Amino acid sequence: MQMSLVIDANKCTGCLQCEMACSYEGEGVFNPTKSRIKIFPFHEEGIFVPYTCTQCDEAWCMHACPVEAIQLNKATGAKEIINDLCVGCKVCTIACPFGTVNYNADSGKVIKCDLCGGDPECAKACPTDAITYQDANWTGYDKMKDYAAKAMPAK
Amino acid sequence: MSWTKKVLRINLTKGTCTPEPLNMEWVEQFLGQRGLATKYLTEEVPPTTDPLSPENTMYMITGPLTGTMASTAGRYSVVTKSPLTNAVACSNSGGFFGNEMKCAGWDMIILEGKSPTPVYISINDDNAEILPADEIWGKSVWEADEWLHTKHQDPQLRCAVIGVSGEKGVLYSAIINDLHRAAGRSGVGTVMGSKNVKAIALRGSKGVTVNDPKAFFEATNAAKKILAENAVTGEGLPALGTQVLMNVINEMGAQPTHNYKEVSFAGASKISGEAMLEPRESDGKPNLTRNAGCFACTISCGRISTIDPQHFSVQNKDDLHHSYHANSGGLEYEAAWALGSDTGIDDLDALTYAQFVCNEQGLDPITLGSTIAAAMEMFEMGVITTEDTGGIELNFGNAEAMIKCTELVGKGEGFGLELGQGSARFCAKHGHPELSMTVRGQEFPAYDPRSIQGMGLGYATSNRGACHLRGYTVASEVLGIPVKTDPLETEGKAGLQIAFQNATAAFDSAGICIFTSFAWSLEDVAPQLNAACEGEWTPERLGEIGERVWNLERLYNEAAGVGACADKLPPRMTSLPANTGPAEGKVSGLATMLPEYYAERGWSPEGDVTTETKARLGL
Repeated sequence: MQMSLVIDANKCTGCLQCEMACSYEGEGVFNPTKSRIKIFPFHEEGIFVPYTCTQCDEAWCMHACPVEAIQLNKATGAKEIINDLCVGCKVCTIACPFGTVNYNADSGKVIKCDLCGGDPECAKACPTDAITYQDANWTGYDKMKDYAAKAMPAK
Repeated sequence: MSWTKKVLRINLTKGTCTPEPLNMEWVEQFLGQRGLATKYLTEEVPPTTDPLSPENTMYMITGPLTGTMASTAGRYSVVTKSPLTNAVACSNSGGFFGNEMKCAGWDMIILEGKSPTPVYISINDDNAEILPADEIWGKSVWEADEWLHTKHQDPQLRCAVIGVSGEKGVLYSAIINDLHRAAGRSGVGTVMGSKNVKAIALRGSKGVTVNDPKAFFEATNAAKKILAENAVTGEGLPALGTQVLMNVINEMGAQPTHNYKEVSFAGASKISGEAMLEPRESDGKPNLTRNAGCFACTISCGRISTIDPQHFSVQNKDDLHHSYHANSGGLEYEAAWALGSDTGIDDLDALTYAQFVCNEQGLDPITLGSTIAAAMEMFEMGVITTEDTGGIELNFGNAEAMIKCTELVGKGEGFGLELGQGSARFCAKHGHPELSMTVRGQEFPAYDPRSIQGMGLGYATSNRGACHLRGYTVASEVLGIPVKTDPLETEGKAGLQIAFQNATAAFDSAGICIFTSFAWSLEDVAPQLNAACEGEWTPERLGEIGERVWNLERLYNEAAGVGACADKLPPRMTSLPANTGPAEGKVSGLATMLPEYYAERGWSPEGDVTTETKARLGL
C-alpha cells in the first residue's frame, strides 16, 4: 500500500519538532534551516502551516533534472535525490511549482523530502498529529468523516 | 558536543564583538544557562554595582539541551543584576530565540558597557555587528520586530527586543522575543535599555549536534511519552494553558484579590481558561484561537488569542494599531491574576488587551498588575488622588483605569513612569510601604502564602525576589506532584521548598522548561543530558548543581545587601488572616518555617551561607 504524508494545519502548534526530526534524519544535525519540511507561522491569522513535498506523480523536478538524479522509489512513491548523480544545477528548484526542492550550499546538492524511505520522521515527531502518514488513496478520510458527522441526520 | 563552547562578548562602550571560549571548568560545576551565567555574573560584576550603570553586564545564555529535539529545549535566560531588586536577576524565556542563538554557534551572548547611541546587535552565524537603531528607538517591540525583518529581508530572523518602557527606565521592563515570549521579570529589559541596546536579531544555520544520537533519541522519546501521559503536561496545560489554574486556585481560597486583602475573587470564572473557550456574542469566536508551542515543546501551553472587536479597548484603534485586531500571544494565568483578580477586574477582553500591551511594550505583567493593585488600594484609602494619577479614577474593578495605566507604563509617560518604579518604591513614596506585596522589591505572583504555606517560604527566600518559578511547591501542595502535602501546614515545607528550589535550578540550567517538572524528575532529565553531552550527569550530580546554583545566587545577594535581611514577607501576610475558604483565619507561618529552612540549607541561624556549606559545594 502506498502511503502519503497528510497535513492538518489546524492541529499544528508550530513547535518545530518535525523540522528537527527531518534535519537530523537528513543531515545528522538539529537545524531547522536544513529541514525538508517547514512550518510557516501566520501570526495575525494565528495559524501554523506545515508544508513539504507532496510527491507529485508526474513530478516536475524529476522531469526537469538533466542527469536523472531524481528517481522514483517504487516502494514508497517518493521522488528521491540520488546524491552521487546530482550536480547541483538547481533546475529542479525552478521546475517545482511549490518550492519544496531546495539547494543545500554545504553539500552542493539539492534536498527534498524522500519520506525517509517509508517511515517519515516528521510524522513520528509531531506531538499533535498535525502530520500523519496514511494510505495514499484515503488522505481525505478523516476530513470526510468529520463532514459526514456534520451531515448525520438528527435522530 | 551540545555546547558550542563559544561565547560572543559584545563591549558596547568600545563597539567590539569578540568571540571567546566558554569556560568549561565552570560548566562542570554549573552545567549551563541559569547556573553558568550566574557564575559569570558573580565573577565579573561586583555585587555593589549600580544595576543601571555601564559596569553592569547582561548575559543571554542557552543550556546544553537548548536547540536539540528534547521536549521544550528552546529556553534561554537573561542573567544580570536587577534594577528592581538589586539582587541577581534571572529571567527565562521560550519562543525561538534560544535555539537560534545555539544554531548560530553561540552558547552565550554577553553585553557589557554602554553604547553612546541607540544600537541593535545583528548576528548571522559567526558574523556579529553593532548597528544603529535610531529608526527604532522609541518604537514598540512589535514595530521594531517588523522593521528588523524588513531591513534584513529575512523572514526567519529571530529578534529579542525591548519596548519603549525599557528605554524610559520603567524598572520592570521585559525583553520580548518572537513578538510575545518574555524574559519577563526583574527588569532585565531595563538593563538592556540602559545600555542603549534596542534589539538582538539572530540568524543561525549551523545547527546543534549531540554526543550519542541513538541514546539521545531513546531518552528524549521516553521523556516525551511521560509528558504526553501526565495529567498536567498532557491534558491540563494543552487544554487551557497556564490559565487551567484560575478556577483551581480560586476555589481553594488561594487566589489573592484586591492587593492581597482577600483570598478569592468572585469574577475568577469569567477570566479563566474555560472562559477563553466560550464563543462571544459579537463575532461568535472564542478568545482562544489556537495553542502555540515554543521551540521543541510537546506541551504547548502557549495561547494565541484575539480581543473581542466590539470591546472598548480596541474599538477606536486605527490601522496603525492593526495588531490589536489580529491574533497575538494570549492571556497567561499570572497576567490574568495580576491585572485581573488582584485589581478586581473580571473583564476577559480588557485583560487580553493589557497582556497584548505588555508584549508590545515589554512589561512584566505580574509587577505591573500588582503595582496597579497597590495604587488602587491607596486611591480608595485617599492616600493618592486624581491629582497624583493624572485624572485616572483608580478604583478596584475599573478596567478602563487599569488599561490606561498599562498604556502609560508601557510608554513610560506621566503617571505611568511613577507606577513604572514598581510597588515597593511607589508605596514607600506615598508613605505606605506595607501595602507593597513584595520580597526584595519584586511583586508576589498568584498564590496566597496564607493559603499555600510553602509558597510564602518560597517568596521570602527566592533569590530574585518574590517568584513562583524558583520553587513551585504548588505542585505538591495543590496538585499532589510528586506527593500531596497539606497546603495549610508549615511542617515539612522547609525541606519541600529546598527540594523544589534545587531541582528547579538544575532544570533551568539544562535549557528546558520548568513545566516539564510536573512530569519529569531529575531522573528523567539525566539520561537526556548524558546522551547529549560529554561527561556523566547523574540525578545526584544535577541535584548538587542545583544546590550550588542556589547558594551562589544567595552569596551574591548577601554581598549586594539583599541576603537574609530581605527574607521577609509584607506584614499583611503575617497579620491579616485569610478571609474565606479552607485557610480562613490563617496567616503565613513564615516565622516557623524560616529557621528550619536555614538549618536544612546548612546556613547559619541568621541565614548566612556558612563556610562549611561553601566548602561542601566548592564555592
